Amino acid sequence: MPAESLVNITDINFAYDDRAILKGITMAIPRGELIAIMGNSGCGKTTLLRLIGGQLKPTSGKLLVDGQSVPDMDHSELYAMRRRMGMLFQFGALFTDISVFDNVAYLMREHTDLPEEMIRDMVMMKLNAVGLRGAHDLMPSELSGGMARRVALARAIALDPMLIMYDEPFAGLDPISMGVIGQLIRKLNDALGATTLLVTHDVQEAMQIVDYVYFVSDGQIVAQGTPDEIRASSDPFVHQFVFGEADGPVHFHYPALPFDQELMREGASG
Amino acid sequence: MIALIRGTGHRVNNGLQRLGFAARFFVMILIYSGQSFRRIHLTIREIYFAGFQSLLIILVSGLFIGMVLGMQGYETLQRYGSSEALGVLVALSLTRELGPVVAALLFASRAGSSITAEIGLMKATEQLTAMDMMAVNPIARVVAPRFWGGVISMPLLAALFSAIGVFGGYLVGVVLIGVDEGAFWSQMQGSVDFRFDIWNGVVKSFVFGVAVSLIAVFEGYDAVPTAEGVSSSIKRTVVYSALAILALDFVLTSFMFRGL
Repeated sequence: MPAESLVNITDINFAYDDRAILKGITMAIPRGELIAIMGNSGCGKTTLLRLIGGQLKPTSGKLLVDGQSVPDMDHSELYAMRRRMGMLFQFGALFTDISVFDNVAYLMREHTDLPEEMIRDMVMMKLNAVGLRGAHDLMPSELSGGMARRVALARAIALDPMLIMYDEPFAGLDPISMGVIGQLIRKLNDALGATTLLVTHDVQEAMQIVDYVYFVSDGQIVAQGTPDEIRASSDPFVHQFVFGEADGPVHFHYPALPFDQELMREGASG
Repeated sequence: MIALIRGTGHRVNNGLQRLGFAARFFVMILIYSGQSFRRIHLTIREIYFAGFQSLLIILVSGLFIGMVLGMQGYETLQRYGSSEALGVLVALSLTRELGPVVAALLFASRAGSSITAEIGLMKATEQLTAMDMMAVNPIARVVAPRFWGGVISMPLLAALFSAIGVFGGYLVGVVLIGVDEGAFWSQMQGSVDFRFDIWNGVVKSFVFGVAVSLIAVFEGYDAVPTAEGVSSSIKRTVVYSALAILALDFVLTSFMFRGL
């Protein structure tokens, strides 16, 4: 990996009370690249994004964004850093009481003193980039899932961020919308010169667009590499994940008594 | 038995923690109010939603309560031959007690519950988290305008409630029953003291406005981000607001009318 990284994570641990979520994660996100973090549901992917965004503080370890330690930032430093970040939430998180146009214009109005005419032009450019210029008057309730995700994408890039983070951008989308969103993520990263962190469990879609992949399981990095290296990997976890096998290092069954013992238990309910 | 004690302790502990969090939350609202007032249109918008849109229920209820007061009051007063004092009875009942208290109860049900639902659903759909990630403070942008919108609306609604209630009392007492109009208004003017009766009513409704608005925004912000969680928060807003209004009314009345 190149030495010049926008995000540097070293031996990060995080726990909710005494339940460990992340266990000694170390990774580097080089500038200008599109990196995917993949893993099964509940493995700690979204927690990692929240740590980078400063919404959670790690129990231990170092986390630097653009050379600054995120856990040590005060409120104003954190907000200054977040102004240079864009984040797309799992279900878009569009503001439902304002139109598509106002959603995209939201950050420009909040953080800049630009005149309304200039904001209009910029919003139209962002909406044009995601193919929804014609939908600027619609309300979020009038959009399909894929369209809402694209509007959220336009909002995330409103102020040309240095780092764009996507939390499950493909969840619940049809194959066409998935392909459209995937290509947009790649194009926007290259066009804006941004660095992109993509958290997903959609292997096939992500492998087509990313530069490097980290596989996380049970709070630890279990495999990493370029998409070609991942495809050629003989690692059992990677194999199970890439080919969607029900059983393997990640068990299909939640821990329980052996099935025959469960059936023989007397008076057991639920 | 131990489970009962443990359960009680757990509930008390949780209750105290929430109370502490609510107090800190109130301080945060005050701290970020300046930032919120710099965009005054946000607060004006909330005055429109919480205040203006509650006008119908407030005015209709005020009119009917005034009319009932007129009927009940006349029935009692005429036994003692003092039906001309009907105006005083209606006006004092409304400005001192019924106006602030009933308007606040209606406000809590109509506007408080909708504020909780709105903020709770914004939380459940990650809109508040998204705002925070965009370096926009949700307390300054969402909570403080709704809080101040409620605080400003409440005394105005209570005043309108009392005014329309007096008109309701007039309609029943003077127009329908035939109490002398001059006595109705002149006795009212002579007996209702601006500072003691009207101003104290305004102070009460302001305090109720703070209590109801704080409960509404806090319950929304602290809602468990699920459909069931938001529904429980709405229920708590209505119940806690009603209890807070009635308890505060007793405390305020004790202070205001001490030495009588």
